[in-house]
Amino acid sequence: MASFNTSKNLPPAPKIHPKSSRDDRMMAGAIFVIGLYLVIALALPLYTMLSKSFTTAVFNLQNYEFQVNKGDGWSEPVSGYQINESLSLLKPDELITSSDGRLAATTFFPDFNFRSKTEYRLRQLDENGSFLVGTQRIADTEWHTYPANKFRRIVLRPSQSSGIDNYITYFSTPALFRSIQNSLFISILTTLITVGLAFGFAYALTRSRMPFKGGFRLAAMVPILVPSLLPGIALVYLFGNQGMIKEVLFGEPIYGPIGIVIGSVFFTFPHALIIITTALAISDARLYEAAVSLRASPWKTFWTVTIPGARYGLISASFVVFNLVITDFGLPKVIGGQYNMLAVDIYKQVIGQQNFEMGAVVSVVLLIPALSAFTIDRYVQKKQVAQISSRSVPYEPKSNRKFDMICFFYCALVAVFIVGLIIICQYAALIKLWPYNLNLSLANYNFDVMDGGGWSSYYNSIKLALLTALTGTLVVFFGAYMVEKTNGFLFTRSAFQFLAMMPMAIPGMVLGLAYIFFFNHPDNPLGTIYGTMVILVVCTVTHFYTVSHLTAVTALKQMDREFEAVASSLKQPFYKLFAKVTVPVCMPSILDISIYLFVNAMTTVSAVIFLYSPDTALASIAVMNMDDAGDIAPAAAMGMMIFYTNVIARLIHLFVTRKLMKSTQAWRTRQR
Amino acid sequence: MGIKILKNLNIAVCAVFLSMVGFSNFAGAATDLTVYTAVEAEDLKKYAETFNQDHPDINIKWVRDSTGIVTAKLLAEKNNPQADIVWGLAATSLLLLKSEGMLEPYKPKGLENLDDKFYDQDPTPSWVGMDAWVAAVCFNTVEGKAKNLTAPGSWKDLTKPMYKGHVIMPNPNSSGTGFLDVSSWLQMFGEKGGWEYMDALHNNIARYTHSGSKPCKLAAAGEIPIGVSFAFRGARSKEAGAPIEIIVPQEGVGWDMEASAIIAGTEKLEAAKTLMDWSITRKANEMYNSAYAVVGYKGIAKPVKHFPPTLLSKMIKNDFAFAANNRKRILAEWQKRYDSKSEPKN
Amino acid sequence: MSALSKDETTSETTKNTPFLRISRLTKKFGDFVALNDVSLDVNEGEFVCFLGPSGCGKTTFLRAIAGLDIQTSGTVEQANVDISALPPSERDFGIVFQSYALFPNLTVEKNVSFGLENQKIPRSDIKKRVDELLELVGLPEQETKFPSQLSGGQQQRIALARAIATSPGLLLLDEPLSALDAKVRAYLRHEIKTLQRRLGVTTIMVTHDQEEALTMADRIVVMNQGAIDQIGTPTEIYREPKTLFVADFIGAMNQVKGRVVSSSSVSLGSLELKCRDHELPVGQEAVIAIRPEDIVPHKKIENSSPQSGNSFNVKVEEMEFLGSFWRVQLSDELLEGAHLIVDLSINIVLQMNIDAGNQISIDLPPDRLWVFNPASEE
Repeated sequence: MASFNTSKNLPPAPKIHPKSSRDDRMMAGAIFVIGLYLVIALALPLYTMLSKSFTTAVFNLQNYEFQVNKGDGWSEPVSGYQINESLSLLKPDELITSSDGRLAATTFFPDFNFRSKTEYRLRQLDENGSFLVGTQRIADTEWHTYPANKFRRIVLRPSQSSGIDNYITYFSTPALFRSIQNSLFISILTTLITVGLAFGFAYALTRSRMPFKGGFRLAAMVPILVPSLLPGIALVYLFGNQGMIKEVLFGEPIYGPIGIVIGSVFFTFPHALIIITTALAISDARLYEAAVSLRASPWKTFWTVTIPGARYGLISASFVVFNLVITDFGLPKVIGGQYNMLAVDIYKQVIGQQNFEMGAVVSVVLLIPALSAFTIDRYVQKKQVAQISSRSVPYEPKSNRKFDMICFFYCALVAVFIVGLIIICQYAALIKLWPYNLNLSLANYNFDVMDGGGWSSYYNSIKLALLTALTGTLVVFFGAYMVEKTNGFLFTRSAFQFLAMMPMAIPGMVLGLAYIFFFNHPDNPLGTIYGTMVILVVCTVTHFYTVSHLTAVTALKQMDREFEAVASSLKQPFYKLFAKVTVPVCMPSILDISIYLFVNAMTTVSAVIFLYSPDTALASIAVMNMDDAGDIAPAAAMGMMIFYTNVIARLIHLFVTRKLMKSTQAWRTRQR
Repeated sequence: MGIKILKNLNIAVCAVFLSMVGFSNFAGAATDLTVYTAVEAEDLKKYAETFNQDHPDINIKWVRDSTGIVTAKLLAEKNNPQADIVWGLAATSLLLLKSEGMLEPYKPKGLENLDDKFYDQDPTPSWVGMDAWVAAVCFNTVEGKAKNLTAPGSWKDLTKPMYKGHVIMPNPNSSGTGFLDVSSWLQMFGEKGGWEYMDALHNNIARYTHSGSKPCKLAAAGEIPIGVSFAFRGARSKEAGAPIEIIVPQEGVGWDMEASAIIAGTEKLEAAKTLMDWSITRKANEMYNSAYAVVGYKGIAKPVKHFPPTLLSKMIKNDFAFAANNRKRILAEWQKRYDSKSEPKN
Repeated sequence: MSALSKDETTSETTKNTPFLRISRLTKKFGDFVALNDVSLDVNEGEFVCFLGPSGCGKTTFLRAIAGLDIQTSGTVEQANVDISALPPSERDFGIVFQSYALFPNLTVEKNVSFGLENQKIPRSDIKKRVDELLELVGLPEQETKFPSQLSGGQQQRIALARAIATSPGLLLLDEPLSALDAKVRAYLRHEIKTLQRRLGVTTIMVTHDQEEALTMADRIVVMNQGAIDQIGTPTEIYREPKTLFVADFIGAMNQVKGRVVSSSSVSLGSLELKCRDHELPVGQEAVIAIRPEDIVPHKKIENSSPQSGNSFNVKVEEMEFLGSFWRVQLSDELLEGAHLIVDLSINIVLQMNIDAGNQISIDLPPDRLWVFNPASEE
């Protein structure tokens, strides 16, 4: 029988090596550039930080040689190591220190007396080593002679090496180690409370017919518009020692776990609400009809239909909240008192003790829960997507007066809590001298005489937010387009995808610290951006890359996969298609990305705390610094400036989107 | 048309990028001098203006933060310094920088006018002092009365059970003021006595703040009645109308010096030297004197409003080298002992 | 028959070489072989359909021809030029997808003129060409509408107009009709075919719908598991299936197990039937196939032998009324449990008084009775 397939005996047909088109080459170039951006802005800094956490400083006693003259001539040179061995003075772990460690030279002479007439000679052998006489640094390899009275002022400096010693030190420091427990405790507790409250709120929004749903939705979104530390300031005014209603806490201090948890619930609430509302909104009305026809009680229906239907949403919300809380830095700094948490530890190690290596170690420790929460969340979200069937029928709640009233009062309570905290902040900002002079004044807005950078920090923030929104949207959307719409480059694209997902798992402080290590390295030619607005923009764009990227990818996925094929068959370059079709069609998502980046750039503290310079002080950091300096009312005032700015930005976004939707209504209305 | 849009977009992006990069390197007719400082924010404008009266061609770009942060920043930038000069940072911090080889020794003109406590004793000094900044206790009289607290007279008084939870002080790990308190106690009471004192004091501390001025501001706001802070901050708050009294503990008070130094490797050495010269002039010292009772220039200090008269006589003999070289050890010990305040006790 | 011979086809070849010559194309996705060493020639002006079940490789084949997913090995020549490695933008084709891929934010006019822009064509000429094209696809004066304001069938035609706007040498249609409802589909089949004839553009269409292929194609390429099973005109494919797969995939086909008796006869149950010549070895198990409409009914044979030649008696087991005809299921002890389906017109059923439980005689014409090797056909 004839076969149309050529006989297998023939030699194999020649392999084809596809010729790349101009488009292919341009796209390859574009992927390369954007991929390079992520490598430079994310992968390399993180790598540098990781290696820094393994950089240790040790007193290398072999490097130092001593001679003694007790009036009867100089003794033979003997190394610090030999002395230490023979007299067993210091144990090996006592020689481990940090890069700014110091060790007194007199340690090696137990019989040392500064009044004696003994003379000492000392030299160090390492070209990079040094010792100090008082504060004078000696870095040569010559012998130096000192009388006893001067010798007592000599301290040795450590040399650099690498190993896991920093981690050993970390885990053997109880105060640092306890931060892990504290961070986990606070994060888990907050997660339980927030997810519970948000579930109730979302349930009321989707399953009742209570009035003012729109208003409640709006109120619930307010925390997104303010820095996470702002609720902390409001809590001080409410429950501090001079607080308006401090009695409510029965003498418990607000500074500490209570304050952190209340504030964390405030700022994580909208994030949880969005996820859970989505999960509840997609549940299938047919299941409820089935439950009714089976005469299941509402209670049973709730547990057998509602909860299982929303379970992925609940799990996802839990991990998102957990991640937000454990990586947040601003709130525990403001209201945490002496209650240490991991993110604050990084700050204390770096800023307070200048112990960069230990900061890097804490960062790595903080990465572990953050990364695992993120990974589980991604896994769960994939499952949830699969759960939605295209045939499900949306649930339409029926009116039930009693239930609706309960929902209304519950939501009103939550809304009052959220909006109340904001109002308290505004009130506090206008009081002249709480609690002694309650006259209203604008004195607290005179930021120029306060720590933190003054009004220019506010303008800097707006500049940062605009630049972040502009460049971020450009980079993110173009990057997402390349990942979604190019053919080939499979490895590059999956590597890019991986890098694009990573920022969500990286706490802002960790990213910021990594940036110091990477960009402030003298050999890095990109070091010129250190201390400028550019590094803040790069850092902020990178920090908020993932959500923006996912938004862009979702929008692009809804585009017909064959547009590019059609365009190339019509011999039109991809950028024409991109400009004339892709961008206009995705415009609503592009606007969403820019407002997301804008708002977050206005409120972010953790990612930029290590990176700002005087020229680039930011409003959100000014809030923290002013609170730090005890100027709490001005801090509240600046926080409110951020809030109003974000509200205005949101309104502009709303207006532009509405207008866009209206003018493009003709082709956006879906047919069929 | 598509290409055109893209081209324009490219140009726009490049322009934005270049302008952002350019922003950092912008150099106008005047010399821009990047000055790191921990001087109180409200004074910076006055300092720059007064300086510019004499040297209008040098434009000061301030980098202002609290002592710990500025120090950390300078150390972090050790290999790639961003600052040209430091004007107004704790001497302890400058000693630290000196030992890292980060300071450019320079003998400013008119050094002989300064009290010799106020400059580095090397032949060519690496740093020169401006003024001294003295610890003090801020006591809120209104809250004190409400809580039946008598005003403390000494450091030891603060350990009395009466003050439990009513005292607040800065964390020495982040605050220069906090560190000078701790190092002064260790110098005054001895290593053993100092830690014993802090153990006792710790029981009364409500919490440790990150910044040195916050305790006094919190005392001024009545949040915590007693704040261990520094005299200048107390005077300011009192001036603003807060019901506080500035107390100088009778054992003596720690102090640190605000000092200036040129950062080694600066490209603007001449301008930096000009500022160094000016920073020890009589005019500059009179300017410092508006806030600080003790200044480096011999014989010009005038009393400052609201400053307690006993303050100067109670300043201890401070060993800066001790403070600088033992800083790490002291901070580590402090953290081990007290940094877990308000931990749940199991 | 060899892959490259054209003497099997009925269409006249005007030139010496075919317009499109595809030889030994293989496409691998990792370890998966989507297209296994296939060859095909297409003549200028021909309408060829790639027909096969989903996953048979027909779309992969089309995309390889377009350069959208370039083959691993093998060559494609179009108009005597080797285009094997060229990217789509350097080839000469227009394409219509199942989704139409119309640009939603562009008007009908802008969609159709998309490929005409940047070609140094004067604006007025573009406008003229668009009008002409819209006229051609029967949608004049719809220029200002957006795709979402058109029906599915209309969108399909706009996509077609866009694809032929640049007068490509090759038109590729990837399941262009499958998203439409049955009525529109039948109408558009005709429309596209007419248009294609008028333009004389060489066309390849991918479909899984045999009816579509049979009605539209000059030649059908039946594909199965990444390989071509048969190439032929619609009647050839239907009447002369080369493999059991082709026989089964196109139209209905009775398939019963039998055994080879000689090169022109098989046994079915206790019957021995004459069949088409075949090359299977004697004694081998085989699949005997005959189309339901090829079975000829007779009155019951009333003599002692139940069989005469290829005619034999069977029992009517079940009857299913399908509107224009009856589908009748037959069985008998002679068949030893095998069933045969025969489609009978209403008239014949009435005339012969066929009813469930009756006995009739049927004739299986030897030239309509195929024998296939069950092992080689999966």
